[in-house]
Formats: sequence, structure tokens, C-alpha cells
Amino acid sequence: MPFACIYVPNFPVAAALRAEPELQVRPIAILEGKPPLEKTIAVNKSAARMGIAPGMTKAQAELCVELALRPRSALQESATHAALLDCAQSFSPCVEDAACDTALLDLAGMESLLGPLPEISRAIHERATSLGLVAHVAVASNPDAAVLAARGFPGVTVISAGKEAEQLGPLPTEVLFANRLEELQKEDAQKHDVQKDDEQKKAAVRLLQTLDRWGIRNLRGLAALPEVSLSERLGQEGLRLQQLARGTASRTLVPVEAPPVFEEAVELEHPIVLLEPLAFLLNRLLEQICARLGSRALATQELRLTLELENLTSSHQPSAINNQQFVRTLRLPLPMLDAKVFLKLLQLDLNAHPPGAPIMKIHLAAEPMHPRSAQGGLFLPPSPEPEKLELTLARIAGMVGADKVGTLELLDTYHPDGFRMRRFVAEVARKSPQKKTPDSAAATAAVTALRRFRPPLRVNVILENGQPVRVACAKKKEVQGDVLWKAGPWRASGDWWEREAWSRDEWDLALRNDDAVSFYRLVHDLLGGGWFVEGTYD
Amino acid sequence: MSSAVVSTSAALGRPFVFDAKAVPEMPLPAEPTEGRPPQRVRPGLSGTRTDPRLASVTPASQLDIRPAPEIVSSGIPALDTLTGGLPRGCLTEICGPTSSGRTTLLLAALAAATRRGEFCALIDASDALDPQSAAASGVELDRLLWVRCSESSPQRERSPRRYPSTPLRAGSDTGTNSLKDQIQSRSENQTEHRLEQALRASDLLLESGGFGLIVLDLGDLPQQAARRIPLTTWFRFRRAVENKPTILLTIEQHPIAGSCSSLLLQLGSADELAAKRRQNVDHGTSRGSVAKNGQVPEERKKINLPAQPELDFLYPSHAQLLTGFDITAELIRSRLDRKPARSVAFEARTAWAG
Repeated sequence: MPFACIYVPNFPVAAALRAEPELQVRPIAILEGKPPLEKTIAVNKSAARMGIAPGMTKAQAELCVELALRPRSALQESATHAALLDCAQSFSPCVEDAACDTALLDLAGMESLLGPLPEISRAIHERATSLGLVAHVAVASNPDAAVLAARGFPGVTVISAGKEAEQLGPLPTEVLFANRLEELQKEDAQKHDVQKDDEQKKAAVRLLQTLDRWGIRNLRGLAALPEVSLSERLGQEGLRLQQLARGTASRTLVPVEAPPVFEEAVELEHPIVLLEPLAFLLNRLLEQICARLGSRALATQELRLTLELENLTSSHQPSAINNQQFVRTLRLPLPMLDAKVFLKLLQLDLNAHPPGAPIMKIHLAAEPMHPRSAQGGLFLPPSPEPEKLELTLARIAGMVGADKVGTLELLDTYHPDGFRMRRFVAEVARKSPQKKTPDSAAATAAVTALRRFRPPLRVNVILENGQPVRVACAKKKEVQGDVLWKAGPWRASGDWWEREAWSRDEWDLALRNDDAVSFYRLVHDLLGGGWFVEGTYD
Repeated sequence: MSSAVVSTSAALGRPFVFDAKAVPEMPLPAEPTEGRPPQRVRPGLSGTRTDPRLASVTPASQLDIRPAPEIVSSGIPALDTLTGGLPRGCLTEICGPTSSGRTTLLLAALAAATRRGEFCALIDASDALDPQSAAASGVELDRLLWVRCSESSPQRERSPRRYPSTPLRAGSDTGTNSLKDQIQSRSENQTEHRLEQALRASDLLLESGGFGLIVLDLGDLPQQAARRIPLTTWFRFRRAVENKPTILLTIEQHPIAGSCSSLLLQLGSADELAAKRRQNVDHGTSRGSVAKNGQVPEERKKINLPAQPELDFLYPSHAQLLTGFDITAELIRSRLDRKPARSVAFEARTAWAG
């Protein structure tokens, strides 16, 4: 059964470079610790060539002018680790989360789906690169051999079954303890902060020193040692290490179902004031999130943007700002997966609701959903594309207001103008076309429509025997004249138990203005006492 | 109106249609050939030598014929007999004064479109739509996008002004009438702001596409403001909707789109329309019969009253009921099919008339 291992070397640096790809050409060092006592915990090759090593203080590292210093970000590393697992799970359902920088896949049965093992390993490497990961990929017949090969050999490595000892032989013995040694180095860097007494880590160092004294510096030498003598001197741990060196260790994977969390974050060295550079960073985060969602055949219907602001001092900000955080939630009508559309929607939203302070940190989270499925047809009536429509509605909402665009829903009330606006979604359950019946002619007859004035026009009414005989409106000169014909009053009232109780008398009037006769609805507010023209019959 | 195809051969006095039988053979210029007489060939036929003088002429059989736009029902059978329906991919104007039936026709068109399963958009410059009327007309509200233009906006877009601003009033008295001028100026600014929102929203929706019917309701817009919309805007709308399965319908008081509209309907009472025609002929000397003594002539406006053939003020008002009124539509212009201008009348009934 073949197993694949994806290993991201120098994980803290890789996480920082994933957030800021433009730093790849520069020397970079990752700092950790409480200021002003930060120390470097990881450096890239360029920084190592310049003499920067883990354990140096920040002051020492700053002597190198070209060096880019970045604080260690748990959020960025978490996002990178999640991307690593997404990459692994896009190739196999059985994935083990071996370490924060290592993922193991069970490729049993995948050859018939994805092709030969070399092709699978190259595809894994390409997918990891597309997610912003610089990874080593190795395929072997057992998980431990795959891990050793991924840690020892750069790029893509395929170990044929039965040749593990031969191919793993040149690797140094340090690769057997790489994981433990990295943790020990980090603890040495923070020795002044934390003192950890871990016997296992110290034993690993002792074993390594013992093998070095014996002249065993690679796995071939360790594999060639006699088993009995090795067990007498190093015990069961020595035998276990020898099995690893020979590539004969066998174990089963412990698959982990990673929670579907799709979050990306970036911490800024300098605060952002303008929306344009913010859009640049948002574009990068959105592309990473969309790539991760796409690798798992998912989409999203909700995006949550959290901005950490700098020195928020004003107190009149809306409630979304709490503890120097500015949160905007973008809810979509349908699951979508288009980074450009998301970026445009976020830009329109931020234009309408600006943060109001410089931005120090950006955090973007997407709620995963199954993508929508729709069956198109040749003879169906046209309908707007959801992504285009969402952008259009966002632009229109920016002009007229979010509550002034949408579809309307009648309320269950007798109030004449009882309705509310709700979101317009261009996806309605298809109804079967109604067949024409002889009575349908009456059903399709024109219905006289009312054209409302919002707000209703206040008018002055001259009454005779309690009936209007003349109407005059100061605001709209067309709505005035002698009443030529009238019908009413019809009394209506409602919500008497609520604060918004209403009671009115309605009249239908025909007014003459110049040569034209127009029909209006006149309303007498019985509670407020005013006269209004509510609309015109047109 | 069918598209006229004119070939360059017309300028040369030759027939339009390149029919093999109609076109005479063209003698070629004399060529030095050995033992071969000069050949007579027909121009424009494939596989034969052509006269170089006719090289720029394309045979009619190879020209693209612009297809006639698809016509769909407007929701009112009487109107469909007049115009055939509403054309897709074209701009249709419906004009008329207040209480002429414009909104009734608008809702009927929306109801017909939503019944066909299409999504519709209503850009309401005056925020005048009555939801109850829409529901009573049969509009499927889930399929209707309503854009309500308002006097205020959450954020004015910082873009160069594309539409004409309100011109200053000449000779305004800044003394005693300053308050009136301020009120009027504020009103004009509000109207202009609504108009700008409506036109921008129309641009966006036309560009987005996917709607079967887009209605631009400028019915309550003052004539001065409506006439200030530049013709280039209407031309842009027409180009945006061309070759698309979208009906663009505008509602206004007077025609403002000029030649950009393919269909122009004038609504009103028959007598009003006749008066308007007389006015156009007599240059304003007469506008037909004018109501005198506060009474409206019978032929001016028909009101459906139960057993009430005439207007009568003696009956108590609660005995009256507005059950509807007759609407007359006159076809002013149609680029789709050459027909003489004529009108049709139909009845609109109120929702409570049954």
C-alpha cells in the first residue's frame, strides 16, 4: 500500500512567505518572544548565508539591514497548516495530521483514479504550490519511510517497494530526530523564558551523540549494524531507529477529519490607511481561500472580514467595532466561488462602511457550503447570473440604499401600504405554466393601479356637509381643483393594540386640473386629523 | 420597418438584387489571349472571374439579414391587437398624463412577463409602486426587482457628472421670492438626484442582463427634468438592449427618447387624443371641447358606475364606487411594422370591482 508524505520545511518561514510572497527573494527571519527580548526562531537560506542563525536577539538581527524581520503569527501558521491538510485531502480521504508541517496520505486505490505514483506525487506537489506551499513530497510503501524521504530529499521523491533501505541510505542520522531536534532548538532559544525538562528530547540528543561517536552518520550505516549488539547498547529505541533506517517500519495511519475551517490572516508591519492597498491584500487572501475551498469541492455563502484597527479613539463608531476590531459580514444569496466577485463585493461594502481607522491586521473567514447545482435548459426563460447580479445589486444599493433595492413581500395586515423589502434572489422554484382556460380572459383583464405618493401629500380640503368639494396641495400644483366626482368615505383601521395604530377615511376623487381629469385617493387621518392625497389612479 | 439594403451598384445604375437571371452578362475588358475569345461572365458568382469594377459589391445572398425582434404579449389583449405586443431587444415608450392608464399597463406587462417565468426589474424614479396593485394585477413579486430611487443616498459616488445639472433660473428675484426659489431649487435638486439614480441603475441592470423586462418609470417626473435627459443616454440604452431578449419599457408623461424608441404609445381618453391631434394640426388654436361650468362632457372620461350613465352630484357619495375607467391607447410610432396610426380602447377595472 503506498503512502505519501507532504512536508513543509522551515514551517514558520513558510507560513510568513505564504502571506507575503514578495519576501521570497529577501532574507527573512521569524521572531518570537515578548518585546524587547524577541529572538529569532527560524531563518531562510538567504538569511543563513548572511550569518543570521536561530537564537539571535532582535537587536543582533537588525544589524543586517537587508533582513526582513517578521513576528511569528499563530494565525498564519494555522492557516498554512489548514492549507496543507486541504491539499492532502484533495487526493485521499485518509489523511493523518502527523505534525504542523507534515501530512500523511494513504494512496491505496488511488492509482486507478489518479494515475501512476509518480504522476500522483507531481500532482500533489503542484497543488501544494498553488496553495502557496513550498513542500517536499515523497511516496513510499510505508508511512515512516515516506516521512524520512520527504524530510531528507527536496522536491518529489518516489521510493519503489523493497528499495527503501537503498534509497534512504544516504540520508544523515539527524533526519531520524529532526522533529524532536527542532523543538529542542526552539526551547533553547527561549531558555530564559521557559525551562522544560523533557527526557525524551534529551534522550534523542544522547542517541544522536552516541551514533556520532560510533562513526554512524547516515542511515545506511545504522541499518548495517547487528541487531543484537544494537539492542544491547541502545535498547528498544535503537532497534526502532534501525527499522526506520531500513525502511521496514510499519504502522497504520491515524486519520483525522480536519474541521472545515477556512481562514486566512495577515499581520501588517505598517498600518494601512487607504482602501486600495487593502484591496490588494484582500485579493490575495481571497484567492487562497477560494483555492482551498476549490480543492475540497466546496463553495461559500458567507464571508467574514475582521480588521484590527490602530488606536481607535472615537466613540461614535457603530456597534460592529468592538475592542478595536471592525467586522463586516458578507452574506451571499447562493454559494459562490469567485475571488474577483468577492473582492468587488467587499470593496463596495467597505466603500459604503469605511473602517474609520488605520488597519493593523486582516482576518478573513469563509463559511463552507456545498456548491449549488442547477440544471440549465435550452428553452428556459433568461435569468440573471448570480455573481453578476450580486455585484449589480451591491452597486445599486450603494446608490439608493440597501433597504431601497430588492423584492417586496406583502405583510399580513390590512394597512394599505403594508409591505417590506427583502433580498432579491434570482432563483425561484419553477412553476408549471398555467393552461389557458375560457375564464382566463377575465383573469388577464387590466386591473386599475394606484400610483402612490411617498410620503403622502398633505392637502387642504374644503368640506361641504362633511364631503370634500375642493382640494389644494401646496407641494404639487397638479393635485388641486374642484371635486368633480367622489366616492366614499370608506373607513379602515387597524393595529389598535399597537403603538402604530391607524384609522382613516378613504375617498376616491375626480379632480379637474386644466383640461384633464385625474383620479386621486384622498385620506383623512382620523387619529392625526390631517388630509392627505395618497396616490393617483393611473 | 424593414432594413433597406442598398448596394453600391445603385450608384452605378445597376439593379439591387444580384440574381443570376436579372443581371446581364458583363463583357470583360479585352485581354491578349491566344485563340481565345473574351468570356462573358456573371459578376458575384463563385468560381468565376469577376469584373474588377464590381469587386466592392457583395451579393445580396451573402448579406446578413437583421432578424425581426421577437414580440411578446403585453398582458392586455386589446393592446396586443394594436401593436402585436412588446418587442424584445427594443426600447418602448408609453406616454400619457396622470390617470391615463400608464401604471395599469405597466403592471399588466410585469404580470405577463412574470407569468412567463421571466425576471423583471422596475426602476421607480418616484418610488410610486403600490404593492397591493401589483399583487392584484397578477405580478409574481418574487420575480420582481424593485429599485426605489430616493432623494438621499447613503454615499454619493464620486464620479464626474454625466447628466445635465439644473440650469440657473434667469431673472430670479433674490429678494422677496428667495424662499420660494430655495424651495424650488431644492425640489429640482431632489428630482435631479432621483433621475440620476434611475438612469445609473438602468445602466447597471442593462449591463447585468438576464431580465426579461426592465421598466424605467419616469411617470411623475416633471417635464422639464425629463426633457433634460440627453439623447445619447437613450441611444446608449437602445444599444445596450439590442440583440438581447430584454424588453426595455419607459413610462413618462411625454415622449422623450426621440428616434431611439422602436414603439411609442400615447395613452389617454379618446377625446383628449383627438384634441391633441387637432392641436398639432391647428397649432394650438383649439384643444377640442373644454369642460365648462365645472361639468365634464360625457365623451371626455367614461367612469363605470352602476346604473349611472352620467355624472350626478345629487346622489350621496357613499353610493358611488369607482369600478374602473376606459383607457385609450394610440400607436404613434412603430419601427417594427409599418402601420397607420390608430388607437384602441380597453377597460381597466379596480381590484374591488370584481
